[in-house]
Amino acid sequence: MALQSKIEPSLSEGEIEAARPLRSARFVRRLRPVVEVLASVVVVMSVWEMVIRFFDVQPFIFPAPSAVLASLWSGLASGKYIFALGVTLSEILIGCTVGTVAGLLIAAMMVSSKLAHRVVYPWIVGVQTIPKVAIAPLMLVWFGFGIESKILIVALTSMFPVMVNTIAGLSSTDRDQVALLRALCGSRLQVLRYVQLPAALPYIFAGLNTAIVLAVIAAIVGEFVGSRAGIGFLILQANFALDLAAVFALLTLLGALGVTLSSCVRMVENRVCFWNRRN
Amino acid sequence: MVASLEFKDVNLTYQVDGRAPVNAVCGVSLSIGDGEFVAVVGPSGCGKSSLLKLALGLEMKTGGTIHIGGDEVEKPRRDVGVVFQSPVLLPWRTILQNVLLPADVLKLPKAEASRNAMDLLALAGLKGFEEAYPHELSGGMQQRAGIVRALVHDPRVLLMDEPFAALDALTRETMSIELQRIWMARRKTIVFVTHNISEAVLLADRIVVMSARPGRIISDLQNPEPRPRDIRFLSQPAASELSGKIRESLDRAYGIPARELVA
Repeated sequence: MALQSKIEPSLSEGEIEAARPLRSARFVRRLRPVVEVLASVVVVMSVWEMVIRFFDVQPFIFPAPSAVLASLWSGLASGKYIFALGVTLSEILIGCTVGTVAGLLIAAMMVSSKLAHRVVYPWIVGVQTIPKVAIAPLMLVWFGFGIESKILIVALTSMFPVMVNTIAGLSSTDRDQVALLRALCGSRLQVLRYVQLPAALPYIFAGLNTAIVLAVIAAIVGEFVGSRAGIGFLILQANFALDLAAVFALLTLLGALGVTLSSCVRMVENRVCFWNRRN
Repeated sequence: MVASLEFKDVNLTYQVDGRAPVNAVCGVSLSIGDGEFVAVVGPSGCGKSSLLKLALGLEMKTGGTIHIGGDEVEKPRRDVGVVFQSPVLLPWRTILQNVLLPADVLKLPKAEASRNAMDLLALAGLKGFEEAYPHELSGGMQQRAGIVRALVHDPRVLLMDEPFAALDALTRETMSIELQRIWMARRKTIVFVTHNISEAVLLADRIVVMSARPGRIISDLQNPEPRPRDIRFLSQPAASELSGKIRESLDRAYGIPARELVA
């Protein structure tokens, strides 16, 4: 039917019909990628479910998607996952904020003083090259099993990308723009405020985007090494209990958390750096 | 006439480590009257841009004195406006915000600056583009916004460093006429650096010719032609005679035709 109507030369009636659904056609076009992704999810889950049922795979070896969904639902409904999510999210958000502020300040210091750059930078790189998993036990000894040790691990992890990008951003300033500000009797602070900082924003956001994804990893690493709450804690617990459905449910939750945080950063970036998108 | 910008025996020598010093500006003396429109013509590297940087206080002279309105120039001053070769607009600010940048930096009263900015934008043909962002404007319009920005704090002197060099030939002509119109409305002292002889002949009351290495003044010509002049003026005998004189002095200085100069 559809094929026929495409081939047939359109009649005057048909033309009127074709003109009317123009708006809905645009809507369908926009919705299409979402529908495609959802369809692929349904297909993969169906095949997965069928394979598990057909071969009668035991749930402690590989859970069926129906079991994962049921586990996710009961975890959320009981409030257990919500609470864990709250703990992990606070670790990520507080840690990332601390890391970002530290990264910005250190970057500003290094850009304004060559001596600071020479002396501090090797230290930062040195600390950065040590895997955070290796530092995590130390943090636990110093700051305990609570949220503080995780915040610190997250902060240490997210500081670096923000710092490196901020340094690049602050040094990327257009020389003419600086000359303009200086010709207008602009102070160093005014050059920073009117030119350097806005010009560095796209770089800072690129760093923030990396930082937020690394922060999720860092929080889970911290929780794995030693904790009493959080998504990572629950994953370990479910793993020990061989409750693989719960592990899968928690991993799904974690994935969703990462994607949400990253798109939040990108959304703010598009708002703040609106001028950068078009160039 | 009161000298609004005065160079007296100004020298600028760059000393790069391990190399022979470069004489960018050598013994330049130039007295520019209030409201005078002076073009500085010369080949690339003749120190004409350095001369502007010195007047802007962005570069420190190695000899001589520079005065603006009777005060010695030692650092950037509030009563100078500058237009660069590129518009140098900040992409995150609207045209109006860009134009008001000097008012923000110099902390001038907002209301008065806004009024002046709106008047100048209208004068430059940018009415209706106040809320547009720089990337939405053509190159010529961006440079017009750059000129408006240089005038918004009502400076005594306007320094222009090859302001139309990045524009295409046709836009360039239109912009020259626009600049003349703006100048006739506001009567600022303008020092206009260019390597384009026609542009200088069309715009300036007085044309100072410079030669390179060392950068020094080789002639100082008057252009008595009444304003407003339009593009047709360039094909008249008076204009040809004047450009002929400029070429001659450059040829004398270099011994060969100054090839870098555009007709």
